[in-house]
Amino acid sequence: MFKIIHAQFLAPGIKRFVIDAPRIARKQKPGQFVILRIYEEGERIPVTIENSDPEKGTINIVVQAAGKTTTLLNSLNAGDSILDVVGPLGKPSEIRNYGTAVVVGGGVGTAMAYPTAAALKRAGNRVISIVGARNKELVILENEMREVSDALLITTDDGSYADKGFVTDKLRQLIDNGTRIDLVVAVGPIVMMKAVSELTRQERIHTVVSLNPIMIDGTGMCGGCRVLIDGKSEFACVDGPEFDGHKVDFSVLVQRNAMYRDSEQRSMEDYKRSREAEHTCVAQGEKQ
Amino acid sequence: MSPTASKSKNPLSPKDRMKVPRQLMPEQPADVRAHNFEEVNLGYSPDLAQQEALRCLECAKPTCTDNCPVGIDVKEFVQRIVIGDFLGAAAKIREANVLPAITGRVCPQEDQCEGKCLLSKKVKPLGIGYLERFVADYEQRMGTHIVPSAPPTGKKVAVVGSGPSGLTVAGDLIQKGHKVRVFEALHEIGGVLVYGIPEFRLPKQIVREQIDYMRQMGVEFETDVVVGRTVTIDELLEEEGYDAVYIGTGAGLPQFMSIPGEHLNGVYSANEFLTRINLMKAYKFPSYDEPMLDLHGKDVAVIGGGNTALDSIRSALRLGARKAYVIYRRSDAEMPARAEEVHHARQEGIDFQMLTAPVEFLSDGKGWLTAARCVRMELGEPDPSGRRRPVPKAGSEFDLPLSVAIIAIGTTANPIVQSTTPGLDTNKRGYIQASEETQRTTRKGVFAGGDIVTGAATVILAMGAGRRAAKSIHEYLTTGVW
Repeated sequence: MFKIIHAQFLAPGIKRFVIDAPRIARKQKPGQFVILRIYEEGERIPVTIENSDPEKGTINIVVQAAGKTTTLLNSLNAGDSILDVVGPLGKPSEIRNYGTAVVVGGGVGTAMAYPTAAALKRAGNRVISIVGARNKELVILENEMREVSDALLITTDDGSYADKGFVTDKLRQLIDNGTRIDLVVAVGPIVMMKAVSELTRQERIHTVVSLNPIMIDGTGMCGGCRVLIDGKSEFACVDGPEFDGHKVDFSVLVQRNAMYRDSEQRSMEDYKRSREAEHTCVAQGEKQ
Repeated sequence: MSPTASKSKNPLSPKDRMKVPRQLMPEQPADVRAHNFEEVNLGYSPDLAQQEALRCLECAKPTCTDNCPVGIDVKEFVQRIVIGDFLGAAAKIREANVLPAITGRVCPQEDQCEGKCLLSKKVKPLGIGYLERFVADYEQRMGTHIVPSAPPTGKKVAVVGSGPSGLTVAGDLIQKGHKVRVFEALHEIGGVLVYGIPEFRLPKQIVREQIDYMRQMGVEFETDVVVGRTVTIDELLEEEGYDAVYIGTGAGLPQFMSIPGEHLNGVYSANEFLTRINLMKAYKFPSYDEPMLDLHGKDVAVIGGGNTALDSIRSALRLGARKAYVIYRRSDAEMPARAEEVHHARQEGIDFQMLTAPVEFLSDGKGWLTAARCVRMELGEPDPSGRRRPVPKAGSEFDLPLSVAIIAIGTTANPIVQSTTPGLDTNKRGYIQASEETQRTTRKGVFAGGDIVTGAATVILAMGAGRRAAKSIHEYLTTGVW
């Protein structure tokens, strides 16, 4: 059992948990993730590590509610426990002084981009960060990103905050302004990582993306997380999760991530119904 | 009778023993079991066990024991069954084997003890596996485990991986008085016994009972630890105070075939397919959250001819598959699966497409599998494994309609421990180098065995390695000599 020490919403549907996990806290490096299972009948899902405190023995994870498991997770609070948390998994980001690095965080992906941006900064890079979100409320970790970046650019899809547009617009501007870019790191929705990679391919800028396929064990045993890299199967959990964005077959990733859409929808509907039933019971109990 | 030989308790003459037929294992009818996950074999009754035990010829030099990777004293335990001392028989097996209820079910006995049984020269071999299973289950039902204990030595051993070889090491070393802690990457203890082998062949309750017994003996378990990531071998030795480490991380990454269409939805590795079912209980969706594709009325094929392949396709059948195929590129004779499993699978109606191999997976244009394009093979000259090499027959291509294909063609070494442990040498294929006799690796105090050394093999071979490792770890801990 892994105890939740602190829990706080960063944005609607996006919650940060501080979890007591001393072994993982000691070892976590930027780019890595954990797999967790909330309860006995639960599924195993990969989750981003945003930060860790080796001395306190805690890790921070950031979760966006999408399906049943993440919604359930986001209903937990300080004092609750998570049955299993295993990690840190995956290869850490390759951190060295590249020169100028552009770190792109899309939505909740910003949480995974943040420790990488911080590490790149510590390694002596000039770090320009671009954070994109659908709207103002969904912009997360703005202050944290600002602290570790030489410049921070923000976009919202609807223009409700900062500049209206997409992260690729900002990246395009940087390139057009003649900014020398030695590395791009992009973490976020698949469409965003794909768009960034297409843009930088033309410009021949080395680009790293962090992939999020369906996973079970996270140790390479099941092969469920296989992704097509340069025409070859690789396992995101042991060979990744970071890959050369110019070699990733994003359409296969999209297709494979949709494999259980029907089941996922059914799980979510069942869960919502059971929550509603619970609320009705509570409401009736209160009346009586 | 020679004065040195112990007096036989068996009333029958050797000639009469050969006249007793091998006692059949009671089993669920094929048409019933094909639709449930209950165990296929139901187990001997005490009467059947005693009747079968009478068949043992009590060889002066028992070849069955010589051919057992853990060296079970078969003759002695069988004699104890003859006189009705079932608990004594169980105790005898436990001297050599800490997991008898498991090996009694999953060992390929035809390649081990029973393969060398003298009876098999004339009649069917003694049902050693059935008898082992019988006494282990009897002991469990009686609840009279004898929990051995030894004075503590003050030494600590870390075991990496809780599969058959790790459990054997733990069980053997705890009985020598060493402190043992087993680290497991998954959330359940048992390794391949829980994620790989299905309920109908090895009920998970049996595995849990064996593990509870080890807990009673004092073995500690820690789940959710991926050694190499969560903690390294060096940290275990230097910071956590372990005097020795045993690496038994098992078979590694599933192999794919590198043919077009392998990324289609509906194409699984056997490891993923079985893990979803056995570990994650996806077949109980939506009571359990982990999903899997609905197989009801679907056509499913497994590619491969080993136990993992048969476990996969027989699971698919039980999950409602309409047609369930085994696609294997060689012939019956080369199939590596246990004979009993092949027999059971045929009874259940699995369609064996022998001398056949897929060359491409075809899709509906939306990313879903619709068929496997296959080619028929013929056997040519022997390859380096000594088996005749399959060669494609020209013009034999055909399409087999499928909704799900499961790839069970083997595994490659998992690199996590090796790549995070300096000085731990591996062979060309990435498996850990360890002495065949002592299981010592190239790192002082570090031992390894099972599939991570040999590549994918069987439960009992992994246990044999565990037993040799335990002996040599004990020696190292007591003498300090590397």
